[in-house]
Amino acid sequence: MSDNNNLIVYCEFEDGRVADVSLELLTKGRQLATRLGVKLEAIVVGDKLDGIENQLFPYGADVVYKVEDARLYPYTSNPHAAVLINLFKEIHPQVCLMGATCIGRDLGPRVSSCLHSGLTADCTSLEIGDHTDPKTGKEYKDLLYQIRPAFGGNIVATIVNPDCRPQMATVREGVMRKEIFDANHKGEVINLDAKKYVADTDYVVEIIDRHIEKSKINIKNSPIIVAGGYGVGSKENFQLLHDLAATLGGEVGASRAAVDAGFTEHDRQIGQTGVTVRPKLYIACGISGQIQHIAGMQDSSIIISINNDPNAPINTIADYVITGNVEDVVPKLIKYYKKNSK
Amino acid sequence: MSLNIVVLAKQVPDTRNVGKDAMKEDGTINRAALPAIFNPEDLNALEQALRLKDANPGSKVTILTMGLPRAAEVIREAIFRGADDGIVLTDRVLGGADTLATSYSLAQAVKKIENYDIILGGRQAIDGDTAQVGPQIAEKLGIPQVTYAEEILDLKDGYVIVRRRLESGVETVKCPLPCVVTVNGSAAECRPRNAKRLIKYKRAVSTSEKAKLSEEQQAYVNAREYLNIPEWGAAFVEADPEQIGMAGSPTKVKAIENVVFTAKESLRLENNDEQLENLIKELIANHTIG
Repeated sequence: MSDNNNLIVYCEFEDGRVADVSLELLTKGRQLATRLGVKLEAIVVGDKLDGIENQLFPYGADVVYKVEDARLYPYTSNPHAAVLINLFKEIHPQVCLMGATCIGRDLGPRVSSCLHSGLTADCTSLEIGDHTDPKTGKEYKDLLYQIRPAFGGNIVATIVNPDCRPQMATVREGVMRKEIFDANHKGEVINLDAKKYVADTDYVVEIIDRHIEKSKINIKNSPIIVAGGYGVGSKENFQLLHDLAATLGGEVGASRAAVDAGFTEHDRQIGQTGVTVRPKLYIACGISGQIQHIAGMQDSSIIISINNDPNAPINTIADYVITGNVEDVVPKLIKYYKKNSK
Repeated sequence: MSLNIVVLAKQVPDTRNVGKDAMKEDGTINRAALPAIFNPEDLNALEQALRLKDANPGSKVTILTMGLPRAAEVIREAIFRGADDGIVLTDRVLGGADTLATSYSLAQAVKKIENYDIILGGRQAIDGDTAQVGPQIAEKLGIPQVTYAEEILDLKDGYVIVRRRLESGVETVKCPLPCVVTVNGSAAECRPRNAKRLIKYKRAVSTSEKAKLSEEQQAYVNAREYLNIPEWGAAFVEADPEQIGMAGSPTKVKAIENVVFTAKESLRLENNDEQLENLIKELIANHTIG
C-alpha cells in the first residue's frame, strides 16, 4: 500500500447494514474529495462483510477496504484502533472522518493519540480552505476546516490541523445529508488481512452481553415535532406534549435543559449534543432557545414557540409566537385540532 | 483487595446556564458571568470510584485535575464527598492545550502516581463536549479503555466488569486492569458531602492558595499534612515541552465566531381561543398538519 493522501471514512454497520451516519459522511466526503482532487475511500472493519461494498459505492466510494475477522465484531476499541493506526501508517490519508457515535467517539481519540494527529469532535460543518499561520506566516493550501460549536454552543470555532495527518473529525448523525452520488458508481475492493493489522494481544476487552435495540424514538425522521424545554416544568407536564404529538401524528423532542432536569429521556434531545432535526413543523414549548438547541432545529420549515416569556430568544427564529403557559395553550391546540380535522 | 483509584475531574464554566450577560458586546465570552463548577459527569465517575472503595476496604481515591490553581476547589469538593486526596496539575506552559496535549499532560501526571489500578473520569466535559481525553489518556498509558460506562458491576481477579450505555442499547464488557473507564451522566448520582469530612477538610488548600494565607494560618496547615493539596507542574511530571500547551496541540483555532441566528418575521399570537383556532385552521389548510 502506498502513500495516497486520500480522504477516508470509517464506516460502521449493524446487522449487515451500513449506518446512516457513515453514508452521510461518504456523501460529504465525496464532495470534499472531489474538491481536493483525491479519491474517496471507505473502510469497514468487522465480520461477515460480504457485499458490503455495494452499499458504499453508490455514495461515491472509490476504494473500499475490508478487514474481516470474527473477533472484530462487535466493535471493541483496541483492535479497531490497531487496524486504522497500522493502515494509516501505510497509506497516509490526509483526512479521516468518523461518526460522532459511541463507536467513533471511542475510536477516534485512540487513533489520533497514537498518530499524534488532530481530532475535532462533533463538527457541524466541514469545508476546504487555506490557512496562514498567524505567528510564522507559513501558508497552508486546502486544509480541512473543522467547524464546530464550543462553549455550550455559544460560539462556533473553525479548527484546522496544519501539520499533522490525517486531519480527523467526527460528525453526529443527521448533521450531514445522505445523498446517492451515482447508483452505478463502482470502485475497487481491497481485502486486508486482519492478522497483519491486529495482534492477538489487542483483543483485550471481552463483550459478555449485548442488547442492541433500535431506539423506538425516531425524532430525526418525524415531520412534526413537539419539543419541550425546562419551562415545561415537570415530567407530568411533558405528558401534555405527548398528547399533542399523538394528536398531530408527531414525536416529542426536548432541549438539553429538559433532559438534564429529568423531564424526559436522553434519546429525545435535540441540539448540538443531541439530534439535528428538520421537520415540517416544530412546536417549541417552554424552550428559551439556547444556541445549542437552536442549532439543532433552525432548519425546520415552520416553527411555533409557546413561551410565557415574550422575549425568549427562540421567538426571534419562530414563525408564530404564542405568549402563554404551556399547560394552558397545548390543551387548546389539541382541542381545536380535533374540532377542525375531519 | 485494596485499590489505587485515580479520578480525573475538571473544573468547567457552567455552560448549561448561559444567561444573556454571558457574552460581551464584542462577542467574546464573559467568563466572570459563568460560575465554575465540578464537571457533572466527573461527579458520576467519583461516585463509581467511591463505591469501589466501599467494596474494597483500604482503597485510596485520588483526584487529579488540570487547570488553573483555583481548580483546587474541585479537589476539596471531591474530598468532602469521600475522596482521599488530590493533585492539581497546574502550570502556565500547560495552557492553551487541545485534547491531545491535555491528555499527554494528564497521562504524565498519572505515571507519577504509579501503581494505579483503575482510572475513572466523566465521559466528557460540558465546556468542550469532546469525550476525547479519556481514550487518549488510555492510549498514552498503553492501557485499554471502557467508555460510556453506566455502572461498574464488579472488580476482581484483575478484571473489571462494566455495563456500558450506548445510543442503541447496553453492553456488558470485561476489561483487564489497569484501564481507563469514562462514566456517563446516566450513571448513579454522586453522594453528597459528608459533614464530618467537611469539617475536617474545609481548610484544605493548594500550595498557591496557602501562599496567600496569613503566617498563622499557614502554620496551621503546615502542621496538618492532610490539609495540603499538592500542585504539580510540567517539569515535575517530566512533560516534554514539545508535547504540551499550544505547541503540543495539533489542532489550531483558526477563527471564532459569535453565533447569530437570522431573525425571522414572527407573527405574534395572543393566548386566546380565537387566535389559536385560526392558527390550527391555517396549518391544516396549508397541509402542515392533518
